[in-house]
Amino acid sequence: METTVVESPVNYLNHRHTVASWLLTKDHKRIGILYLIVVSIAFTLGGIFAALIRMELTTPAGDLLSADVYNRMFTMHGITMVFFVLIPAVPAVLGNFVLPLMIGAKDVAFPKLNLLSWYIFVIGFIFTITAMILGGVDTGWTFYTPYSTQGSESNVLLTGIGVFITGFSSILTGLNFMVTIHRMRAPGMTWFRLPLLVWALYSTSLVQILGTPVIAITVGMLAMERGLHLGLFDPRLGGDPVLFQHLFWFYSHPAVYIMILPPMGVISEVIACFSRKNVFGYSFVAFSSLAIAVFGFLVWAHHLFVAGISPYSALIFSFLSFAVAIPSAVKTFNWTATLYKGAIWWKSPMIFVFGFLGLFLIGGLTGLFLASLGLDIHLTDTYFVVAHFHYIMVGGAIMGYFAGLHYWWPKMTGRMYNDTAAKCAALLIFVGFNLTFGPQFILGYLGMPRRYHVYPPEFQVLNVLSSAGASILAVGYALTAIYFIASLFVGEKAGANPWKATGLEWTTQSPPLPENFPETPIVTEGAYAYSKREMKVA
Amino acid sequence: MPNGVVAAHDQHGQHGHHHPALQHHFDDLEQQLEASTLGMWLFLVTEVMFFGGMLAAYMLYRIWYPVAWADGSNELNIVMGGVNTAVLIFSSLTMAMAVRSAQTGHRNATMIFLVLTMLLGLTFLVIKFFEYKEKFELNHVPGPNFRFEGPEAPHVQIFFSVYFALTGVHALHMVIGFTLLSVILWMTYKNRFSPEWYTPIELAGLYWHFVDIVWIFLFPLLYLVDRSHHIV
Repeated sequence: METTVVESPVNYLNHRHTVASWLLTKDHKRIGILYLIVVSIAFTLGGIFAALIRMELTTPAGDLLSADVYNRMFTMHGITMVFFVLIPAVPAVLGNFVLPLMIGAKDVAFPKLNLLSWYIFVIGFIFTITAMILGGVDTGWTFYTPYSTQGSESNVLLTGIGVFITGFSSILTGLNFMVTIHRMRAPGMTWFRLPLLVWALYSTSLVQILGTPVIAITVGMLAMERGLHLGLFDPRLGGDPVLFQHLFWFYSHPAVYIMILPPMGVISEVIACFSRKNVFGYSFVAFSSLAIAVFGFLVWAHHLFVAGISPYSALIFSFLSFAVAIPSAVKTFNWTATLYKGAIWWKSPMIFVFGFLGLFLIGGLTGLFLASLGLDIHLTDTYFVVAHFHYIMVGGAIMGYFAGLHYWWPKMTGRMYNDTAAKCAALLIFVGFNLTFGPQFILGYLGMPRRYHVYPPEFQVLNVLSSAGASILAVGYALTAIYFIASLFVGEKAGANPWKATGLEWTTQSPPLPENFPETPIVTEGAYAYSKREMKVA
Repeated sequence: MPNGVVAAHDQHGQHGHHHPALQHHFDDLEQQLEASTLGMWLFLVTEVMFFGGMLAAYMLYRIWYPVAWADGSNELNIVMGGVNTAVLIFSSLTMAMAVRSAQTGHRNATMIFLVLTMLLGLTFLVIKFFEYKEKFELNHVPGPNFRFEGPEAPHVQIFFSVYFALTGVHALHMVIGFTLLSVILWMTYKNRFSPEWYTPIELAGLYWHFVDIVWIFLFPLLYLVDRSHHIV
């Protein structure tokens, strides 16, 4: 079964060349590339902030950064990574590129809106960068009141405006994807033939549409409070700072699912392809995405267990936080079962998937520690929390994003990267990551609080290990950038379907035509019609 | 066939010409209309959540400070608020008439109803302006110049903060709606719509009705907290 794709000399990259043809493009593929560029810049920037943090923490004394500068560093690291890397990474970069291809559409439902989303994103990023250049912010990415409204003398307002603006980009992308999935599917592409990434993006859109407006108005109220001292969050005037925490986490906890659901979808795609098997329990994996999106809205107050909320509501939120682990576990078990008796093909995207599975497992299980009311009081605001969410956000989300990038890179660029280098990078990232954040679980359990630039000398060994791991991690990421860029110049031609994968995106040439498909495809079977025999032939 | 895919005839190829409003990535006008309408409804859902954050603050503080809420509410000008409610409900009617006229292809009627809707929207904004002006004169605007007699003064300031946040964001939506309708009016004047395709009018209508409905909620929540004890 060789693919019968007729190569056209025209593709989405070369059919127009001017700068304006990129900046005014309505092509979802080009917009995906535009996002890739901005997200990569943000990732580098956030990485530099992280490097400075780790350098400071190699010694117990505050010798590199002052307390104030350190506060600004971790805040800007958090804001950059959360709002400008993790949230847009998979949906806006990979989702934009592959979603219309996967469902056999010519484009997303609203191409102009899609371009507008990118511009809004960039404007929000520019505001945030400006705030950083003018001295940064020191509130933590959580902007907790009353410090953010009264105490802080940093650029809270400007950063808040940046976050506010960026939120609308996220809302519009979610809206666009949801309508696209509802209305733009090719003939025969029924709901249960959709690739699981599409289900994941659909669930993500739901969270983006329902959650993001709330953070927008919350940041708006914060700005008003900061500017005019209205008393909305000021206890001296009868306001309630905990209300801010509720509103903030009502978005920001579901936002965690905006970050992790799409990478989970990527994992389903890659694991099926490189095990040459249908995903075990397709409909369970599909519905677990929706379940996570829905449950995700009901757990926000587990961030407030020590903020003085009523013990009864804490009990319920604790229970619901345990419950949200169930759909995540369903996914993890089903991926593992997909591997069982599969013909596993050791290519670099798959190595990233294995990395994801191990790291997400640790991140997920340590989440249960934090959902337990008693243990959470001991662990709140310690490095245990830092380690936990990095295992989910970097170990899970970024690993999944990288798995996806390695999987679709040949489709996006038409070129193969060096697979051996990619495997090395995957290994470096996995080892470096565990060395960076593994010791932080112990540090947190021993009581080292987060967000301090000094610490008692007995914590130094673990902190040095962590910083050493961060250097390995940095080498891994740098290596990725090198072979990806090199592939553009020296990579061999990928052909339409280098992985012999199923899925509509692999039926068109690489890089795809400007209009994706020569003719609208008609779908006659499910997303993962793999057979192991065919792999042996290959 | 690879991957279970067979080629379909390109839907565009079959009929030589298609509607000028049909965008290239849709197969037909019906698909385009369905997509646009669904998109608008989803947008309205995000709008509900947008107001939801402020309403959560409203709810919390109303439960905490019922007396301040009653005091603050009774300071609002119920005549202006009431007239504005009527104005907006009437504008919803004219908006619906505009959509109906577009549907039946009556261009002049569409334009008249659009202009009427815009005038009513403008009336609302003018009245709102005088209402805000009165608040400034009475020093009921939260901030350093806020003045209120009574033990609940700081909490009444929170009431007025919530009042200005909710009505301010609502007024902003009215301004956006007005701008939107100006564009629609211009497009109608330029003969862009037909009974076959008038999606922008319909979508603008949905938006306008949404903004009206928000006000229908805001009016009792803000103006009618405790009027029974204070007959005007």
